[in-house]
Amino acid sequence: MKELLQIAGLSVSFDTPRGEVEAVRDVSLSVKAGEILALVGESGSGKSVLCKSIMKLLPRNGRIKAGHILANGAEITAYRERELQKLRGSFFSMVFQDPMTSLNPTIPIGKQIAEAIRLHTPQSKKEEIHHRVLELMRQVGIDRPELRERQYPYHLSGGMRQRCVIAIALASAPRLLIADEPTSSLDVTVQAQILELLNKVRRETGTAILLVSHDLGAVAQTADRVAVMYAGKIVEIGTAEEIFHDPRHPYTWGLLLSLPAFARKDQPLFTLSGMPPTLLSPPQGDAFAPRNRYALGIDYREMPPMFRVSDTHYAATWLLDPRAPAVTPPVGGEDIG
Amino acid sequence: MDKVLLDVRHISHRFGSVLAVNDVSFQIKRGEIFGLVGESGSGKSTLARLIMSIYRPTVGSILFDGIDLGDKKQLLQHRAMLQSARQLIFQDSASSLDPRWRVCDIIAEPMRLHKIKPPRGSYRAEAAFQLRYVGLDPSYLDKYPAELSGGMRQRVAIARALTMEPQLLVADEPVASLDSPIRAQILNLFAHLQKEHGFTFLLIAHDLDVVRYLSDRIGVMYRGSLVELAPAAELFSAPLHPYTKALLSAIPVPDPSRQKKRPPVQAVYRTAGRWTRINDEHFVREAEA
Repeated sequence: MKELLQIAGLSVSFDTPRGEVEAVRDVSLSVKAGEILALVGESGSGKSVLCKSIMKLLPRNGRIKAGHILANGAEITAYRERELQKLRGSFFSMVFQDPMTSLNPTIPIGKQIAEAIRLHTPQSKKEEIHHRVLELMRQVGIDRPELRERQYPYHLSGGMRQRCVIAIALASAPRLLIADEPTSSLDVTVQAQILELLNKVRRETGTAILLVSHDLGAVAQTADRVAVMYAGKIVEIGTAEEIFHDPRHPYTWGLLLSLPAFARKDQPLFTLSGMPPTLLSPPQGDAFAPRNRYALGIDYREMPPMFRVSDTHYAATWLLDPRAPAVTPPVGGEDIG
Repeated sequence: MDKVLLDVRHISHRFGSVLAVNDVSFQIKRGEIFGLVGESGSGKSTLARLIMSIYRPTVGSILFDGIDLGDKKQLLQHRAMLQSARQLIFQDSASSLDPRWRVCDIIAEPMRLHKIKPPRGSYRAEAAFQLRYVGLDPSYLDKYPAELSGGMRQRVAIARALTMEPQLLVADEPVASLDSPIRAQILNLFAHLQKEHGFTFLLIAHDLDVVRYLSDRIGVMYRGSLVELAPAAELFSAPLHPYTKALLSAIPVPDPSRQKKRPPVQAVYRTAGRWTRINDEHFVREAEA
């Protein structure tokens, strides 16, 4: 599979009155054509900043400090706004968390989808656009599109609104869809439908999807690969099977164990003690060490590199160093859930 | 003391032409966690507000500790007791805490309003006690909500509710906006409050894993109706109503190899059927009327 998006050594910082906040620290990852890569982490781990820096939607005080972003092989790190405008939509599109704030409440949804189509193919005729609107609405599972297109966002349920937002994102036939927490404001049943829809979109159009979520449990059945972020760094990346059946990083263990699905009713849920570090002045060594019950002495002094577990599976923990003591993972194996 | 704390009898609530709650009956026993699940718009939150006397039911009655909440005379007579005995915990602690108040004042406000003499000397000492009770260090007393994380804010909201020594805590989606490690902490706190201190909870959530983990009994709401009511373990092992079955199959299983087993949840289910007793604890609204 071809690499659609490559990120190498990316660091993003925000300049704040209290100093420099290192929101993304030396992140490398790639998204292959047609795959779904889930990016998982707690709030504040840098997931959204990473997405926004890919599309260059960072607020004014944010800047890319180091690293490269390659879209389809072309370096876009230094692109100007005008060149990026062309890429947004045609190469990547974004779906945001809250469909109520990303839709205009005063315009019927059909018009909003048409606007996105017109922006990317200005020469299309009116009937062509209308035809495409209905086609898109059908594609994202909105029933009776002829009726729905005249409705306003407040007529629709949260799930239907999120479908509209996805239709708008797909209007320009992007190669990569960046979905930032697309289901966190929705119910379980609707959440399952939207995740299934993303999967269907990927199957039918071959669009790659970067799926951002704070819920590791929710992405298991959708993602091909999973990257776990902590304190601005990717601490583990692998195929979904590797992450859920053979996790190697203690933070991934913590995330999995804190899911109520893994809990026995009479036992307290596993919790990670402490808080994620502030990234105002990130600690020396492994940022996760103070919360890690398996932390080694070296974790407090030196940042662990990415250790290779397999060709697709990497984890940044000193436990994978050949000199480290053997630790039995508290979670993993075949029989989960 | 009566074993049943809250007795909801055939209540319905109508907003204009919308029947938000349709003939719902259930009881909550003292010391239990009663879970209420259902998708948004199913009437869960309306039910919570009816129980809190924020709305008055169009039809039916609610008995709290033997007091009929629909009876104006009884309501007035027991007003002070009812207001402190039922406490509501909201989903979004960022908006349920005043951003310009310090934690100390936020926790002490209900005591001040009810002119309750703090049992531990001062309001501050009382706030410190409650904060420690929910697992937060009293050094947070002088912080503002914005300085706290989502989990900490939710603890402050819980501490504020506990100052009233409530008999019933109604938690409306208390962990929906929290990350999984923080969510686990708050769930543990609820379990602790029930087991060690005997609090009674009405827990409203759309996350079934959360409800299963905490609840003793679970009610499933669908389009304003209660379609099934059963002990937690039984509901998950032997669901009867088609909507309950669909809801259970929509739970994301954190296991990638279980893909594609999930049936779609899109059908519309009947809610008109008869309320049928399966056993002493398990009731279902028959899909075939």
